[in-house]
Amino acid sequence: MTDRMGSATDAPKVGLFVTCLVDLFRPSVGFAAVRLLEAAGCRVEVPTVQTCCGQPAYNSGDRPDAVAIARNVIGAFETFDHVVVPSGSCAGMIKEHYPRLLADDADWAPRANHVARRCHELVSFLVDVRGWRPTRTRYDGRVTYHDSCSGLRELGIKAQPRYLLGDIDGVVLTEMADTEVCCGFGGTFCIKYPDISNRMVGDKVRAITTTGADTLLAGDLGCLLNLAGRLKRDGSPIRVRHVAEVLAGTCDDAPPIGEATNQPSGRP
Amino acid sequence: MQSTANVFPSNARRALADERLQSVLGMVDGFNGKRARAVDRLPEFEMLRDQARDIKNHTLQHLDHYLERFETRVTEAGGQVHWCRTAEEARQAVLGICRAVGATTVTKGKSMVTEEIALNRFLEQNGLVPVETDLGEYIIQLRQEAPSHIIAPAVHLSARDVEQTFRSHHGDLPDDRPLTEARDLVNEARTMLRQRFLEADVGITGANFLIAETGSTVIVTNEGNGDLTQVLPRVHVVVASLEKVVPTLEDATTILRLLARSATGQEFSTYTTFSTGPRRAGDADGPEAFHVVLLDNGRSALLGTELQEVLRCIRCGACMNHCPIYSNLGGHAYGWVYPGPIGAVLTPALLGVAEAHHLPNASTFCGRCESVCPMRIPLPRLMRHFRERAFRERLPPAQARWALRAWAWVTRRPRLYRLATGVAIGALGWLGRRRGRFRRFPMAGGWTAYRDLPAPQGETFMARWHRERGHDRRA
Repeated sequence: MTDRMGSATDAPKVGLFVTCLVDLFRPSVGFAAVRLLEAAGCRVEVPTVQTCCGQPAYNSGDRPDAVAIARNVIGAFETFDHVVVPSGSCAGMIKEHYPRLLADDADWAPRANHVARRCHELVSFLVDVRGWRPTRTRYDGRVTYHDSCSGLRELGIKAQPRYLLGDIDGVVLTEMADTEVCCGFGGTFCIKYPDISNRMVGDKVRAITTTGADTLLAGDLGCLLNLAGRLKRDGSPIRVRHVAEVLAGTCDDAPPIGEATNQPSGRP
Repeated sequence: MQSTANVFPSNARRALADERLQSVLGMVDGFNGKRARAVDRLPEFEMLRDQARDIKNHTLQHLDHYLERFETRVTEAGGQVHWCRTAEEARQAVLGICRAVGATTVTKGKSMVTEEIALNRFLEQNGLVPVETDLGEYIIQLRQEAPSHIIAPAVHLSARDVEQTFRSHHGDLPDDRPLTEARDLVNEARTMLRQRFLEADVGITGANFLIAETGSTVIVTNEGNGDLTQVLPRVHVVVASLEKVVPTLEDATTILRLLARSATGQEFSTYTTFSTGPRRAGDADGPEAFHVVLLDNGRSALLGTELQEVLRCIRCGACMNHCPIYSNLGGHAYGWVYPGPIGAVLTPALLGVAEAHHLPNASTFCGRCESVCPMRIPLPRLMRHFRERAFRERLPPAQARWALRAWAWVTRRPRLYRLATGVAIGALGWLGRRRGRFRRFPMAGGWTAYRDLPAPQGETFMARWHRERGHDRRA
């Protein structure tokens, strides 16, 4: 890998915050992210002391644990030029919520702000910071894109993934109805209120299916596990992937989410 | 009003299982498209949101000053302000006014704050006959239900439900009289209400604004019932909570430009009615007496805290119209007066976190409510405030709290985390390798009742990264 442009000495040093879901459930998304960042001229490092951004604690009201986890992450990432995250939700946590969590801590507030300023969601980093565009990448599919709530409303990510998908040969993008409505994942919400979550994912899956798309993409693995889980339970053949896998052209590395092979699935 | 917010989870299950209710939910969705178009037509909408937020922030910062000025102006105009710390004081104030004029029938314009203080039931217990004159409120009064939406109180009912309600409550209604069209229903209610308007001794309305510089009260309505309620009887009583005050007429008109657009997508509501004091010599109409019952009921305790921001609310309902939880449950599941995201903040703020801690937890933090709130109330942040208080006060189930603490304990220790997750994910990846997903999974019944659980790929990212790029290893 040393022959990539990413190893040039003036290349920005990017710390990849993998996110716990990608680390545990779908490492292929993390490797797609690395490939994209290197293609966009960055040197990528993955600090090993990272675990999770702390949202499960933060969103459950467990502020002390959220603060402790935030400090771990800040300590691991403050030396990088950029911190890049293949998730709008976790990037939003670092960018929007860490400064708030540590605002009253004279030592940590500046460090939290420092990391927050340098933190970006992957796709918006590629477009807004690096001005990168994919070349000679192909994905044959009729695609619909799900905007994750945090990415959309906290970070303003909507145009960027669509812009990059426009450069992928073979992609036909079809928008679903109610693109701004939540899929019902909500982290611990889907465990606390499974019945309500189920209605929400049901509504979302109907909107997805109505488009006639054969592929569902999004930038957040939480939403994707939720949506793939429901689509597969319903026997849907729709392929579900993180957008990074398509942009990096690494779909051959792993089957779609919730599938055992790279073939479109039929009824289970 | 008696709260059932403390049993929200079972309220929610009941709402999801109620087929009649589920068939009518989603009707508020119509508001959202209209709102979006109204907002698109007004280029300065975002700027107005900032101005409106600033007006309210300024007013709340100097609330004592503006309320006292309001009282001075009301008094100068010949009216009277009654300061009420609690719901009980407000109920007694209204009853006292009614008794002083020997009232029997009382008409009411739509008012959420009179729902909050459960005024109708109290007046009935004291021998008065309160009659709701807003169509939706009239329907739910007949049915003895609470509003399920702050601007569309009967939105949980279909036209057929309304027909049945009228047939069972309007004694002399002939069986062959058609009541299937909306127009038939409106005419039927209008016929019943007309007599009530003329009989009423006292008319009670809420207020969308109280204007400090003039002592005026403002109501925003679409049916015209509010005007008849406040103009025809001898006495007009305005019941309003204290955060409704704004400094000037100009301030009220700034916020009015946001209100109807955010609520129903109208540029302006059909009627926007300003009342200042009782009828003056030479006035064509108006009440003989004008009272403002000014209610605190826990709001002043929010001043100077993070929760002060919720007092900017102008009760437009946009947050609930755009809430995916509200649109799947309707308003009654929330268990008190104010449903949806605003209810998830106001209810614990006014009734206490012990009573209402479920509500701020019943959100995915999708943030759509905040994105449409005309007053820029950071609803998810305020819900989080209550989640933190609930967690500190150990209100969530012990099992959930300990599971979270245990997860956090491991997560704070990267080496241990790496070891534990590596083993677990390896096992799961192996078990799920054939189908790529699980139909059932121990302790994840909530998930797998409705969804498959996609299987992990088997090796964690960290493990594979080290295997492939060990030379990059950093402690």
